[in-house]
Amino acid sequence: MRSETVIRWVLRLTALSALSGLALITAFIFKEGVPVIAKIGLVDFIFSGDWYPTEGQFGIFPMIVGSLAVTAGAMVIGVVFGLGCAVLLTQFSSPRVISIVKPSIELLAGIPSVVFGFIGVVILVPFIRDTLGGPGLSVLAASIVLGVMVLPTVTSISVDALQAVPRSYREGSIALGATEWQTTHRVILKAARSGIVAAVILGMGRAVGETMAVIMVAGNTLDVPHSLLDPVRTLTSNIALEMGYAAGEHRQALFATGVVLFVIIMVLNTIALTVSRRRARRAQDR
Amino acid sequence: MKWFLAAAVVILVLIGLSLGLGGSRGGALNVVGSTSIQPFAEMLAQRYQKMHPDRYVDVQGGGSTAGLQAAANGVADIGMCSRSLKPEEPFTAFTIARDGLAVVVPLSNPVDTLSRDQIRKIFAGDILRWSEVGGEDRPIRPITREEGSGTREAFVKLVMGKSRISRKALTQESNGAVKELVKNDSCAIGFMSLGLVGDELKAVAVDGVAPSAAAVTSGRYPLVRPFLFVTQGKPSPGAQAFIEYVLSPDGQRLLEKEGLVGAK
Repeated sequence: MRSETVIRWVLRLTALSALSGLALITAFIFKEGVPVIAKIGLVDFIFSGDWYPTEGQFGIFPMIVGSLAVTAGAMVIGVVFGLGCAVLLTQFSSPRVISIVKPSIELLAGIPSVVFGFIGVVILVPFIRDTLGGPGLSVLAASIVLGVMVLPTVTSISVDALQAVPRSYREGSIALGATEWQTTHRVILKAARSGIVAAVILGMGRAVGETMAVIMVAGNTLDVPHSLLDPVRTLTSNIALEMGYAAGEHRQALFATGVVLFVIIMVLNTIALTVSRRRARRAQDR
Repeated sequence: MKWFLAAAVVILVLIGLSLGLGGSRGGALNVVGSTSIQPFAEMLAQRYQKMHPDRYVDVQGGGSTAGLQAAANGVADIGMCSRSLKPEEPFTAFTIARDGLAVVVPLSNPVDTLSRDQIRKIFAGDILRWSEVGGEDRPIRPITREEGSGTREAFVKLVMGKSRISRKALTQESNGAVKELVKNDSCAIGFMSLGLVGDELKAVAVDGVAPSAAAVTSGRYPLVRPFLFVTQGKPSPGAQAFIEYVLSPDGQRLLEKEGLVGAK
């Protein structure tokens, strides 16, 4: 009886400390970042393109665009290939193939991001520079590298979601005369939607937050990119690039960059979650 | 229960070991700062420790500004700074060497010489094609270092003056990354420590003077910056000893062998 209570309290304590750690980090970022946003003005901070930290000018518009562009590109690649792979594995392959292919894709997640960045710099960047033009370091290079990096997350969670769809759905649909493809995209994918959305959100989180590989392949210019071949700087790389040097207001501005990043991730997650919930509810209403 | 005990023992042993190692290095001399000076400082530290096996020098990068900060708040015994100090920065500074700032292009680029004015216009984004400065008809891609880098600040001070580096300039976070990029991109131009250029890049002549240790010593090459060791107030005895070694003929010879110019 006593050991029961002790264990309950130990668990409570561990859960609480993990949560409070998160809360403290959040509080710290906001405490450091918000004053400088207030001083510069939210609109100027977000919509100005002048980032000259040594002269006291802080505008992060190009980096917001950069983060969004690179993330969007990565999601196109990650979701198309990841979801495609998951559908192929769960619907059109034998269990043996899944048991071999899924772990090998998950192995990709274990590769450190510097390695992806390095491969990007050594192989992808020169390839883009020579075949498509531009500096090679670009939105496209960053998107491809990030897309490959989110692939394991998207694939393995989608596979789990698709496998969780009851067999009876599939059998019922086939019995009603639907083809395999009709069954897959009208029944199975819809039934697994919430899991797939979770996969996309997690992948997106990784893409927005990834730093090292992006610094290596994105070029880090301060200009708003006009094409896929233009170099770009993301919010995370801005923090990582200048963190070592920043002091005073510059340092606070980097925390403010973190605040914006925080808000962007929250907004993206909320949108993705509400969209999937609303669709799910509408589907139920029908 | 058994495995739990075993794991606990292993963890305790590991903690003990790390404490023990940490303890024996308790008197380490922390040298922190510029990534341009870092490789040279590491070499000096290695030599110094060979001579004095009981002393330990820990060299870390982070950048000039970080080095100054670390020296100011006592985290580092010595800060490394690869640009001259501003008047409002009150440190005790020791010039350990002088370094030419090389403007580099890939070997394939036929341009051999640029004026300081041309370099400024290139990095400001006013000159956009190599043909405007006597090269092939290609775009110019300037590559700069990140805000706060000592190399960048020295470049801004020596070349840019009041002009700003163009927003379109690619930004790389280390000398190595600049080197890698310039080496492979026929349109690129960058700048870095003369001691780090190596033979895979071409350092162009600036205002007609080819960069070399001799040209830096004689003062003819225009882009020269000091490599500084800074301390807050008087250096501690340990720091003093290391600085004295660096400034000794032996230390200076080592730096000169690596392509820097002695402090004199």
